[in-house]
Amino acid sequence: MARLTPENVQRARDTIALYPEKRSALIPILHLAQEQDGWLTEDAMAHVAELLDLTPAEVYGTASFYDMLFTEPVGKHLVSICTNIACLINGGYELLEHAEQSLGVRAGATTPDNEFTLEEVECIALCGEAPCLAVNWRFFGSVTPEKFDALTADLRAGLLADEVPPHGTLNRVRRTVGLTAGVPATGRVAVSEAPAPAPPPTPTEKDQRGENQPADAAATETAVEEAAAVQDPPDTDTAPTAEGSRPEKGGDA
Amino acid sequence: MAVTDAAPIVTRRVGLPESWTLRSYLDNGGYVGLRRALEMAPEEITQEVLTSNLLGRGGAGFEAGRKWSMLRKAQPVYLVVNGDESEPATFKDHMLVECDPHQLIEGVVICAYAIGAAQAFIYIRGEFALGLERVQAALNEAYEHGAVGKDIFGSGFDLDVVVHPGAGAYICGEETALIESLEGKRGFPRIKPPFFPAAIGLYGAPTVVNNVETLSNLPWIVENGGAAFAALGEGRSTGTRIFSLSGHVNRPGNYEVEMSKTTFRDLVEHYGQGVRLGRQVKAFIPGGVSAPWFGPDQLDMPLSQEQVGAAGSMLGSGAVTIMDDTTCMVRAAWRITRFFHNESCGQCTPCREGSGWVAKIMQRIETGAGREDDLDLLLDVCDNIAPGLSWPPQQTTICVLGPSIPSSVVSGIRMFRDEFLLHIKEGACPYG
Ligand SMILES: Cc1cc2nc3c(=O)[nH]c(=O)nc-3n(C[C@H](O)[C@H](O)[C@H](O)COP(=O)(O)O)c2cc1C
Ligand code: SF4
Ligand code: FES
Repeated sequence: MARLTPENVQRARDTIALYPEKRSALIPILHLAQEQDGWLTEDAMAHVAELLDLTPAEVYGTASFYDMLFTEPVGKHLVSICTNIACLINGGYELLEHAEQSLGVRAGATTPDNEFTLEEVECIALCGEAPCLAVNWRFFGSVTPEKFDALTADLRAGLLADEVPPHGTLNRVRRTVGLTAGVPATGRVAVSEAPAPAPPPTPTEKDQRGENQPADAAATETAVEEAAAVQDPPDTDTAPTAEGSRPEKGGDA
Repeated sequence: MAVTDAAPIVTRRVGLPESWTLRSYLDNGGYVGLRRALEMAPEEITQEVLTSNLLGRGGAGFEAGRKWSMLRKAQPVYLVVNGDESEPATFKDHMLVECDPHQLIEGVVICAYAIGAAQAFIYIRGEFALGLERVQAALNEAYEHGAVGKDIFGSGFDLDVVVHPGAGAYICGEETALIESLEGKRGFPRIKPPFFPAAIGLYGAPTVVNNVETLSNLPWIVENGGAAFAALGEGRSTGTRIFSLSGHVNRPGNYEVEMSKTTFRDLVEHYGQGVRLGRQVKAFIPGGVSAPWFGPDQLDMPLSQEQVGAAGSMLGSGAVTIMDDTTCMVRAAWRITRFFHNESCGQCTPCREGSGWVAKIMQRIETGAGREDDLDLLLDVCDNIAPGLSWPPQQTTICVLGPSIPSSVVSGIRMFRDEFLLHIKEGACPYG
C-alpha cells in the first residue's frame, strides 16, 4: 500500500526541520502517515524509515510501543471508551457493554462494515464527565446508552464529519512559522520568514470545563475550521545536523 | 465563591469567550508578565520563582526554582514541557492546553529566558487532538505577535518553540521516558543517576522538564512577584493549585484553590457540592491512582503537600477521586492494578512481572475465584516490588511506576480486609 504522497513528504521534511536531530520527527511523521491511510501500512513505515535514515525495524519498534499507532487496519471511527477509576465507578463498563451490544463487536474488534473499531482504554483525562469516550480522539462526556446510540447513528450518517475527522487526523492546524531563532548548537540553518498564519481554531461550542464550572455543563469538543492550506516553510531537509557540535550523550538508554 | 479569599491564578481566564485566542488573551492581561520578565536578568526570575516556592504540579512536587538552579552549565540547554497528562483521574492540563494555551506559551518563554534555552518543546499527549490544535494555533499567533521567535519583544532574546504530539503511552509522562519519546524512541525511562534531565537530558544536553500547570503559573508570578505567591498557602505548599475532582460527587470538575488553607472536605462539600445522593464517603484517592488511599477520617486534612505526605500518601497529580459507600473496593483496586500492568514499560522485573501477578490475583478475587491465602500472597508480591510497603516507597526499579503498583492493593487490603475476604469466601461481589 501507500507510501507518503509528495505533499506529505513535504510536510514530513518540514517537520524534520523543526528538530536538532532527525529521529525526533519520527512520531509526528507516523501520525502524518496514519492521517494519510488511517493506519500504518508497511510501505508507509518503510518510506518514513527512508526519510529519517532509520531501518524499517527501528520505525516499527517505536510504532509498536504506542497505543495510538496502529499497524493493522482500523475502522473509519475509532471509539475509545474509558473504564479507568473515575469512569469505572460511574458506569464505564456498563457503557462499554452497551457499546459492544449496540455495535455487535467486542472491544478490540471492527464492525463488518468497517465503520467502527471499538476499544477499551485507560483514562482519557475527561474524568469530570464520566463515563466518557473519544471518537478519533474527539471527546464526548457523560455518555448514556441513548447518547451513545445517537452518536453512532450520526457518525454513520456522516453528520459529524466536521467535528470528527477521519481516524489518524489529529492536529488540523498547520505550523505557519519557521524556526526563527535557529538552533545554535547544531549549526542548523534557520528557516526563513513564514507566510501568513492559519486562522486559529473556531469552536462551535463554548468550552467551559473550568474553575467552579460543573463538569457536565462542558462541551469539550469543538470543530475546528479547516486550517487554511498555507504552505509550510520551504524544504530544509538538506540542513546539516552537525552531530559533533552537540554535547556527547552519556550513553544511549 | 471560594473557601478562601485567594483568587484563581492559572484558571482565571477559563470560561471567557474564545479564551484560547491571542485577542482574548491580550484583552485579559496576557503577555504582560513576559514583557516584565524580559526587563529582568534571568537570575532575578529564578530568584522570584525560588521565593514563590512554586512546587512542580506534575506529580513529584519538586521546587521549580531549585530545579532550574541545578542545571549543568553547558550549552545548549533545552526546555521540555510535560503535557502528557495521563495519571488516571487527572484532567487539569487537558483543560489548560485547550482553554489557555497562550498562558502556557508565555510561561514557556519566561522559563526558557530564565534558564537560557534557545529551543523549547511542548510535548502534548497525542490523544489531546483539540489541545494540539489550540496550542499550535496559539503558537502561530505568538510568533506573529513577537512573543516567540527572534528578538522577542525587542529584547534580543531568541526562542523557538515546537509542539510535539505523544502517541499514547502513560509511561511517557515520566520525564526521562518523555525525553526518549521526544527523541523518537520507545518510552523507556532512563536510570537516574546519571540521567537526571538537568544533567543529561534531551540529546544529552541539560534539560528542564516542567509540567503544563507549573509553567502556566509563571506569568502571574513574574507580574505579581514570588512573595505574593508565597503569601498564599502555608509552609512549603504555597499558592493555588488545580485539583481535578472526580468520582461520586455532585459536581466533579477542576477547581483551583488555595493550598494548605483548603481541605479535602471543602473540595467534596463546597466545590463538589457533596457526595451524590447524599451518600457517605467510603474512601478517596488523594493524588492520582499512584497514591495510597485515604478514609473519611482524613477528609479534614488540608491540601498540603507536606501534611498529605506525612500521613502516608501524596497530592501527586492533584487528582482527587471520591468513592462512596456503594463502591466495591476490590473492583476499584483491581482496575487500578490492571492499569499499571497495561502501562508497565517492561524494563524492570519487579514492575513487569509484579504488576502481572498482582493483576492476575486481583482478577481472580474480583471474579469470585479467590483463595484464602491470596491476600498474603498479594502483600508478598507487593513487598517484592516495593520492599517494606511504606510511603514514600522503596524503589527497586528504574522509575517510580513500579513502586506505585502496590498503593491501591495495599490500601484496599489494609482498609477493607473484611470486604476482600468476603469476596473470597462468598465467591462473589457483595455489591453485585
Ligand atoms: C509513571 C510516571 C508518570 C508521570 N506522568 C506525568 C504526567 O503525565 N505529567 C507530568 O507533568 N508529570 C508526570 N510525571 C512526573 C514527571 O516525571 C516529572 O516529575 C514532571 O514532569 C516534572 O515537572 P514539574 O516539576 O513541573 O512537576 C510522571 C512520573 C511518573 C513516574
Ligand atoms: S518501573 Fe516499570 S515502568 Fe518504570 S522503568 Fe521499570 S518497568 Fe518501566
Ligand atoms: S478515568 Fe475515565 S477519563 Fe479519566
